[in-house]
Amino acid sequence: MTLSLSFCLHLSAAIFSIGVYGVLTRSNLIVILMSLEIMLNAVNLSLVAFGRAFLTDLTRDPSGPQVFVIMVLAVAAAEAAVGLSILLAVYRKWRTTNAGEIDLLKG
Amino acid sequence: MESALILIPILPFLGFLINGLLGHKMPRRAVSFFACAGPAAAAILSLLAFQQVAGGEGKAIVQSLGDWIRAGSLHVPFGLKVDHLSGVMLLVITGVGTLIHVYSLGYMRDDPGYPRFFAYLNLFMAAMLVLVLANNIVLLFLGWEGVGLCSYLLIGFWYKDLSNARAGMKAFVVNRVGDFGFVLGVFLIFVTFGTFEFDALNAGAAAKVTVSDSSTLWWIGILLFVGATGKSAQIPLYVWLPDAMAGPTPVSALIHAATMVTSGIYLLARLSGLFVASGVLPIVATIGALTALLGALIALTQTDIKKVLAYSTVSQLGYMFLGAGVGAFGVAVFHLVTHAFFKALLFLAAGAVIHSLHHEQDMRKMGGLLRKLPITATVFLVGALALSGFPLTAGFFSKDEILHETLHGGHALLYAVGFVTAILTAFYTFRQFCMVFLGEYRGSAHEGHGHHDTRGALVHHADSSEIRESPWVMLGPLVILGLLSLGGGFLDVPGFLLGAAHETQAAGVGTEAHGPDTGKLTGWILGGSAAIVGILAAFTAFQWSPGLVTRLQGTTPGKIFARLSYNKFYVDEAYDLLLVRPFSAVSLILFYLIDRALIDCVLVGGTGFFVRLTGSALRRIQTGRIPTYTVLLVAGVVGLLTIFLWAAG
Repeated sequence: MTLSLSFCLHLSAAIFSIGVYGVLTRSNLIVILMSLEIMLNAVNLSLVAFGRAFLTDLTRDPSGPQVFVIMVLAVAAAEAAVGLSILLAVYRKWRTTNAGEIDLLKG
Repeated sequence: MESALILIPILPFLGFLINGLLGHKMPRRAVSFFACAGPAAAAILSLLAFQQVAGGEGKAIVQSLGDWIRAGSLHVPFGLKVDHLSGVMLLVITGVGTLIHVYSLGYMRDDPGYPRFFAYLNLFMAAMLVLVLANNIVLLFLGWEGVGLCSYLLIGFWYKDLSNARAGMKAFVVNRVGDFGFVLGVFLIFVTFGTFEFDALNAGAAAKVTVSDSSTLWWIGILLFVGATGKSAQIPLYVWLPDAMAGPTPVSALIHAATMVTSGIYLLARLSGLFVASGVLPIVATIGALTALLGALIALTQTDIKKVLAYSTVSQLGYMFLGAGVGAFGVAVFHLVTHAFFKALLFLAAGAVIHSLHHEQDMRKMGGLLRKLPITATVFLVGALALSGFPLTAGFFSKDEILHETLHGGHALLYAVGFVTAILTAFYTFRQFCMVFLGEYRGSAHEGHGHHDTRGALVHHADSSEIRESPWVMLGPLVILGLLSLGGGFLDVPGFLLGAAHETQAAGVGTEAHGPDTGKLTGWILGGSAAIVGILAAFTAFQWSPGLVTRLQGTTPGKIFARLSYNKFYVDEAYDLLLVRPFSAVSLILFYLIDRALIDCVLVGGTGFFVRLTGSALRRIQTGRIPTYTVLLVAGVVGLLTIFLWAAG
């Protein structure tokens, strides 16, 4: 059996929602970052699914949506590095990783 | 010569640049050289240009320097033109101007603002030359405003005295009123004719008058005339000219007697075809006659030596407008020329008196100067005779021609006004001569008191022993101008203008009245006797029978008239009450109500207040906590998606 596009997209949406839920509810910055990664991967999943559904001959046209996935992975890696280093700096300054306690941007 | 016309205004302008930018660093001799070189060179060039125009076939010289403004259908060429009329003006401006520059070398010798003075004076020359050389009315307006600016700068030359600065401002503001009319007239010209060039306008107006479109022409005429009344100090805008005497005396001679104030007459003569066609000439003549009379009546009782001459200038300009108003433009220009000679002479001679008396201007503190200043007195006498219209002097011919043309044109009432004014002119001129040069010196009566002169410096009255003649650099120009005032009347300016250049002038208006006919002889006899009657009356009242004036002023009408005349008929006060005060009241209301209250408080302040109010309400959202922001972000995305999907679905 093959996975239908609809199934893949539903799965992607579910994973994305889990990520959003994590970002909204968790207060720990590390967990928020992890949830962000989940959201990114949900998007990746939908990209792969679209590529599979609309471009049947992958050998002839490799520059399809799959390339985006590689791109997103690369950006995600960079983002994780930057995000974690900011996190480290925040922790060193305030001795906390709780998102609710950092409110320096209060207007 | 065609390509050299532009040099005529450029040379004085170079003098302005050199003296204006570098004058304070140069030695005085260099400043003097550059100050006089520009006008003198312009005078030589003008003479050459004039010779070319007057001699030969009498063709106008035209130099076209391309476009000045080109925008859509608006096209203003930068064109210069010398024809007979502007040729005469060129000679007067550069000739009298150069003489006055030379005179100023002596008059302004000890002034700290020496280079600045000559820079302004040169700039004035340049602007005035542009004014008369322009071949279209927009370029003329450039010169028109330029001379206005220089007039303002030079009236307020001794700006440290507030009253001088105020006088300059008054001249500028009153001229703005006239210029407002002028500019409107130019707009109307563009709308009506689509061109600015004088020849086309004169021809176009003559063609237009046969069509039914004469009310537009009338408005053009009246608006331009308003501009002329401002610049040439006619009723109702003459009030600035007497105050303009706050400037140095050479300025009064050059700008406020000989050249700038006559530019209104020049405008009328330049656009004579248009003015004849427009039908405003009766108004011009009436205003001119009334101004002549009013100026003479005020001049009767003034005590400031320059104020008498100032009101006399107003009066004589009125004569010129009267001449132009009866259609005799050539005669008006003739009087302009002779007036430039003798009034410049009178002002400069008065300046020499003022110079010799260490800046004393009150005639009540003069007297008996004939023995102390014989040369000055002689040239002043020549000028006074010419101004009075004494037979065979310059003013005699020109003034009588104006009166003759007035009578000839059928304006008996205006002629009567002009005739009475002629008697008054002779009277006040010789009243001045008697007060300044005859009798006993009255200056040392208050010796030791001292007072402040127009420059704000403390001066002491000159002791009668220390009064001596001015240097020859001042007397030389006086003598030349004196000769011109004596002989200038024999120049046939009207014939010269009529014979050649003024074919555009409406036929039959003042043209046939040329040449010595019997009417003219009667006019000469009448005019000459008017002058002599006035002169004799003045000598009777102020020299031979000194108690007469006191007795006349003892009577009630005499007292009333003396007060009215001395206070200039309270015109300044009336303007102040009717125009200045209401205007400043309205300005104050506008300032507090509109500017302060509405704009400052409601609009500007209100905008700031509103922004601050909404800001302080919205800042509550900015908690600075990441969870809040993420919730809002997600809510926003979900909201937008909902909207898009709903709209698409």
